[in-house]
Amino acid sequence: MADATETRKTPRAKAFDLRRQPGFAAAAWACIIFLYAPIVVLIVFSFNDNRSVVRWTEFSLRWYTEAFANEGIQKATWMSLKVAFVATALATTFATMAALATTRVARFRGQGIVFAIINQPLMIPEIVTAVATLSFFSLIKQATGWQGVGFLMLAHTVFCIPFAFLPIRARLQDMTITLEQAAADLYATPWAAFRRVTLPLMAPGILAGATLAFVVSLDDVIITLMIAGPGETTLPIYILGQIRRGITPEINAVSTLLLGLSLLLVSLTFLLGRKRSRA
Amino acid sequence: MKKVTIGLSVLALSAVAGLPALAAGKLNIYNWGNYTSPEMIEKFEAEHDIEVTLDGYDSNETMLAKVKEGNTGYDIVVPGDYMIKIMIEQDLLAEVKPNEMENFANVDPNWVDVWWDPGRNYSIPYQWGTTSFTVDTEVFTGDINTLELLFNPPEELQGRINMLNDMNDVINAGLRYLGYGRCNGNVDELREVTELLVEAKQHWRTMDYSTIEKLTSGDVDLSQNWNGAAMRARAQRPSLQYAYPKEGFTGWMDNVAVLKDAPNMENAKLFINFMMDPENAAMTSNFARYANGIKGSEAFMDPEMLEAPEILMPADAPAPDFVKPCPQEVVDLYNKIWTRLKQ
Amino acid sequence: MADRITDTRTTRQPASDALAGARAARDSAAKRTRVFLLAPAILTIGIVGLMPLSIALVYSFLEPGTYGGVTWAFSTDAYVQFLFDRDIFDDSLTFSTSYLSIFWRSAFLAIITTIGALLIGFPTAYFIATKPPAQRNLWLFLVTLPFWTNLLIRTYAMLLIIRDEGFINITLQMIGLTSGPIEMLYTDGAVFLGLIYSFLPFMVLPLYASLEKLDFRLVEAAHDLYAGRVQVLRRVILPMARPGMIAGCILVFIPCLGAYITPELLGGGKKLMIGNMIALQFGGSRNWPFGSAAALILMAMVLIVLLIVNRSRADAEVSHG
Repeated sequence: MADATETRKTPRAKAFDLRRQPGFAAAAWACIIFLYAPIVVLIVFSFNDNRSVVRWTEFSLRWYTEAFANEGIQKATWMSLKVAFVATALATTFATMAALATTRVARFRGQGIVFAIINQPLMIPEIVTAVATLSFFSLIKQATGWQGVGFLMLAHTVFCIPFAFLPIRARLQDMTITLEQAAADLYATPWAAFRRVTLPLMAPGILAGATLAFVVSLDDVIITLMIAGPGETTLPIYILGQIRRGITPEINAVSTLLLGLSLLLVSLTFLLGRKRSRA
Repeated sequence: MKKVTIGLSVLALSAVAGLPALAAGKLNIYNWGNYTSPEMIEKFEAEHDIEVTLDGYDSNETMLAKVKEGNTGYDIVVPGDYMIKIMIEQDLLAEVKPNEMENFANVDPNWVDVWWDPGRNYSIPYQWGTTSFTVDTEVFTGDINTLELLFNPPEELQGRINMLNDMNDVINAGLRYLGYGRCNGNVDELREVTELLVEAKQHWRTMDYSTIEKLTSGDVDLSQNWNGAAMRARAQRPSLQYAYPKEGFTGWMDNVAVLKDAPNMENAKLFINFMMDPENAAMTSNFARYANGIKGSEAFMDPEMLEAPEILMPADAPAPDFVKPCPQEVVDLYNKIWTRLKQ
Repeated sequence: MADRITDTRTTRQPASDALAGARAARDSAAKRTRVFLLAPAILTIGIVGLMPLSIALVYSFLEPGTYGGVTWAFSTDAYVQFLFDRDIFDDSLTFSTSYLSIFWRSAFLAIITTIGALLIGFPTAYFIATKPPAQRNLWLFLVTLPFWTNLLIRTYAMLLIIRDEGFINITLQMIGLTSGPIEMLYTDGAVFLGLIYSFLPFMVLPLYASLEKLDFRLVEAAHDLYAGRVQVLRRVILPMARPGMIAGCILVFIPCLGAYITPELLGGGKKLMIGNMIALQFGGSRNWPFGSAAALILMAMVLIVLLIVNRSRADAEVSHG
């Protein structure tokens, strides 16, 4: 309980205590356990010797060796990550800009419509978007001769925007602009005021939005299935193809590796960040 | 941030612009997921110095929807029997004349004059199999070769049944059980089928495609199934047995065909010829666990496959029924039955 | 940005005639900024999102093509079919609730999932937001890490936990709480559990984003005024978390409406969901117009709810300001 010790040190000890709501910590821990229980099972089964993902026999690294030898599964994993990164970056940027334009200003005409347009990709069942986008992209492909993974990235960007937009907008709402005013009063250029004041204030919202966009892109099945061209199979599509013929723990092995990789990356950035802040 | 955005936009745009046409020495295959032997692909790549890109789909309908819109970039598809007929009718397949190719003599004559491609002007056999069901013979010890088990199950199987989540497979089984024809537009008969299915549904635990997991985990003791999947499930639960119901069961064949707008037409033809070679067909069978329809492939197949009861049909079993695509009026009726069943 | 800042300041100054011209200029500058900020999102969605929507709208008024696709002939059958059943037996047109009941099932599931996710997500988000700043991102990462694995794989893992011979049942029997297995898998409860799991981060993250900025001096002040914990929660914390709550509910409710992979796997697939029913129209049922029409009806319903929420939120903002 790091915060407890910290509490004693700060003069605002009373306030810190007040932050606690009874039962909230317990609920949060229950939530974490709930989220991780299937993940633990998944990791355990990646070391299962059996071909089945539902019956345990004995410990083995077999599925890791197979995953390393399986070019198809590796290509699909990289394709998933590539599409998710590009879509997340674009969607988060666009969503941040749009959130800035729609919050903390007087209501402008057409705000409702703007809101509806940005949320449109959320509102229509994926399969319909998928089929209709397929028709639309096919027309473009015919007219221009363009091919490539850009179409898939674009489609992902579109449905990621609302997922990034809503948390960022929620963050910005009710946020006062006194600090920006102060910055402007101190002759900060608009860009400097934005970079030094607004952006840090928005950061938690942007992080939340980007995370959601990334997760949504990484999990998408139906739109990807329809839009993807040759060589653009993502991991979910690869897994979908296995359902009828039986899913093997190879997928668990890849999932475990992905979890490990993300854990490693985040720990690194966390440690680096701590070092920098200490220095 | 702006710089990053511009950079990414440029990246995305250049990715869109990409390569307008695919270079020679390539082949793009669109097959069912997890259905293509990697060794077979490697062999083809080495033999012809062609780089193969392989992607998977989950249903004939997904593939058709994409192909119909055109510009998919794919050369080879592997549609099921009825889908070949539809695609030929819709002018989506190239008439590559496999029947004039060098290896065509290897095709089992039984699979040449088929209703979906008479004389084989468009397609060749890939894999074929049956759709019936698997029962745990330790749980149910009686005669398993009857659809009675699905529609009027004995007590030990009640609530222990998985049906495929497939409109046609479920309704066709119902029609066979009642002795009515497939692609049936007869309203009275369909009413009877609806009542039968709704009544039987209370004994079904699930309706799902992941039959192997359902059976091996012990969630169910009977599952509608494809014969290859049945073989895989039996490997982990030896008491399972594949049924050949006396009322009849579905047969199906997936076929290799070339798309009309294939960017690599010549390479696609090479692949068609390649797939009629017994050794290559056997590689596919050893991977996907179904029979292939190419003479002489037995010599290269896993021995356990040659004697598997899921592949060797007993002499007294009825012939598998290869169901033709139904007209739209019948599909509409089926759709209503299905909605009512799963309402 | 700067325009907006100046904008607000001007409104605080007494308006004089001399300033009116300058203000108009600033207003139009503010508008330009707004257009610049909105353009990327609106253009991307406008072109890649709304074009397909128009295509779907057109499809919904056509006749189904043979073997999928559409035939170019005007028809409103798709919409009629939604509410009326042309009886398969005597071809009479009767009011039918089949599709409505499928819609209702999905909507009900989406509502209780949203409530469930809110009940679990709120304490979690609050807990994270009250951690020391250095730890918050780490916690946030901890909550989203499970979602790096594929939905299907996660769902299979969940099957293992709740099945008849799964971990929960084995544990319960081992400690002697139950004698036989409790049937959890392939029930509505399992579907509910699976949906909450899938959508939890969509609730926690927006909630966190708005709780994180909570000014605890207000909590302190409330306490000084002898407000109890519950009152502090109700009067101070909840109102401030409102934007995040609304965003979270939208992000859980709408995708949940169209969800069908989780309900199929955990519920056993014996009942249709909206998403599933619509997908079927583009697959085996070969009725694209009906699929499009059903999707548009769904969208219209969602849009109405969303506009009401937006209106009430706008009102709330005004009263806050």
